Amino acid sequence: MPLSRLTAWLLLAPTLLLLVLVFLVPIGWFIGGSLAELGTLSEIWEEADAVLFSGAVGGAILNTNWIAALVTLLVLLIGYPMSYALSRAKGLVFTAILLCIVLPYFTSTIVRTYAWMVLLGRNGLINQILLGIGLINEPLQLMYNRTGVIIGMTYVLLPYMVLTLYAAMKAVDQRLLQAAEGMGASPATVFLKVFMPLTLHGVIAGVLITFILALGFFVTPALMGGPGDIMIAMLIEREVELTYNWPTAALMTIVLLTVTLILYAFYARISDQGEARR
Amino acid sequence: MSGGASVALEAVTKRYGTETVVAGVSLAIPAGEFFTLLGPSGSGKTTTLSMLAGFVIPDEGRVVMGGQDMTQVPPRGRGLGMVFQNYAIFPHLNVAENVAFPLTVKGAPKAEIQARVAEALAMVKLTGFEARYARQLSGGQQQRVALARAIVAHPRIVLMDEPLGALDKNLRFHMQVEIKEIQQRLGMTAIYVTHDQEEALTMSDRIAIMDGGRIAQMGPPREVYEKPDSRFVAAFLGEANLLDVTRDGALVRGPGGGAIEAGAGQGTTLFVRPEKVTVSAAAPSGGPNQLPGQVLHASFLGNVVRYAVDVGQGATVLADAVNGPGAVLHAPGAPVTLHWRAEDSRLLAA
Repeated sequence: MPLSRLTAWLLLAPTLLLLVLVFLVPIGWFIGGSLAELGTLSEIWEEADAVLFSGAVGGAILNTNWIAALVTLLVLLIGYPMSYALSRAKGLVFTAILLCIVLPYFTSTIVRTYAWMVLLGRNGLINQILLGIGLINEPLQLMYNRTGVIIGMTYVLLPYMVLTLYAAMKAVDQRLLQAAEGMGASPATVFLKVFMPLTLHGVIAGVLITFILALGFFVTPALMGGPGDIMIAMLIEREVELTYNWPTAALMTIVLLTVTLILYAFYARISDQGEARR
Repeated sequence: MSGGASVALEAVTKRYGTETVVAGVSLAIPAGEFFTLLGPSGSGKTTTLSMLAGFVIPDEGRVVMGGQDMTQVPPRGRGLGMVFQNYAIFPHLNVAENVAFPLTVKGAPKAEIQARVAEALAMVKLTGFEARYARQLSGGQQQRVALARAIVAHPRIVLMDEPLGALDKNLRFHMQVEIKEIQQRLGMTAIYVTHDQEEALTMSDRIAIMDGGRIAQMGPPREVYEKPDSRFVAAFLGEANLLDVTRDGALVRGPGGGAIEAGAGQGTTLFVRPEKVTVSAAAPSGGPNQLPGQVLHASFLGNVVRYAVDVGQGATVLADAVNGPGAVLHAPGAPVTLHWRAEDSRLLAA
């Protein structure tokens, strides 16, 4: 039964109120107040130009995008077959896979990141095993560098991709695949010409949501990264907490927020289309 | 002209767990025939079709097409045209791309694909719809796309799984005629699955009526309709009077004790179609196959009046009288005499 407009708004009201009070108002306050410190609009523009294209911030922005892109690609490559297996699994196997994906999310990101640090450390489990079977002669540097950031973020973001893709794959009418097979298509052709195109909107949605989340990552790069793996969220935190340079933090926040909102607009459009197609 | 190929099932059996879904079905379909698998849901007709398509591999028996053993050949190696129950039109492809699909996956040259798609769309009267998507088409148009896609590669055998099930009655009739016409024009062998007996009777050269994973009876429409071998077939193909009769030596007696002469059969259930029974106001003349009774109710259907006549001992006989020139209507309660010809009736096992 479709809800009337009024009922829908009433049901949404508490959440909307909460979001406005604890998110929209503070962030508006923070950005507005910080920028006001800088003076007139042209002064703000000058400062923005100076900050955003400075070496440190510009580098962090580039870093952030590069890491987010790389992580998104990895998450997609790992997540697609995983989602496919999940969409085909039944009963106990399905539950087992799903639990493996979802269960870690009942613990905090920090705890999971520390767990990875135990595995990836110089004397961590992975190095021990690789040394033990003689594949390497000295421990690999898997942490406090780009590798660590990528591994940690890929792990944390994988479920978002898997669950998004799973929804898209589950919605694919199995009869279409059978029909394609009946019309002479090989399994590879069925996959490329029917299954992939029918799950493409899920791929795009998954890529966008993963990328958006990766852009704002803070804990994982802070704990597992090296000095060269500064991401923009870390920089914002430093400006706010350490140097008390709120105007600069506000400018970077605007950049991050704008990019996120634009990508989110795409995401919303694509999920709508996926919905409409069925 | 692509012509057709013969199809045969040889003692084919399929089990799922402990349940036998198809039990030793054998049939031989000559090239170019329109053959229908008819039965209620769960009778095994869809599984039988799936084994012909190659989606299901039989546990026992052989599938032979054009003289070649196809039992283990996957669907893509069978070169069949298929129309699926829900059309299975690809939502991400337009009409032309959908119809072209069987040719595209074979890697046919572009020019040939274009020509064949145009030809197939012309055949189903969908020229001009090339760029549309399924969601922009009506049910009947989607059906035509599915049909065009099934014939585009000029297959020698086309399988159709309840292709008209989702259409309303008028459209169904229209499409029945069109499908039959196209099948005859191309000379393909068509294997058609339906649970609609009227559809089966209209379209088929031969019908196999399935029940419980077996073929209950197989033959041309008129034969299976007029000469059913079992109560099941008699009742499944339209209205049937099935009366309990008793054997008294060589004599068969109907309800009320009147003598019965049947065209064929041995059992103790008398079968006769309502339209073969005449209703008259005259008293019985003493001949065989005459049952006195009382009109229970008369349904006026326009061209036909359907009588339900109480013939005693709790038995009711249906009789359809054509509302022809000078037809007399018998009111409920009126005493009447029913009569039918021996050759229009059969004795079936109970």
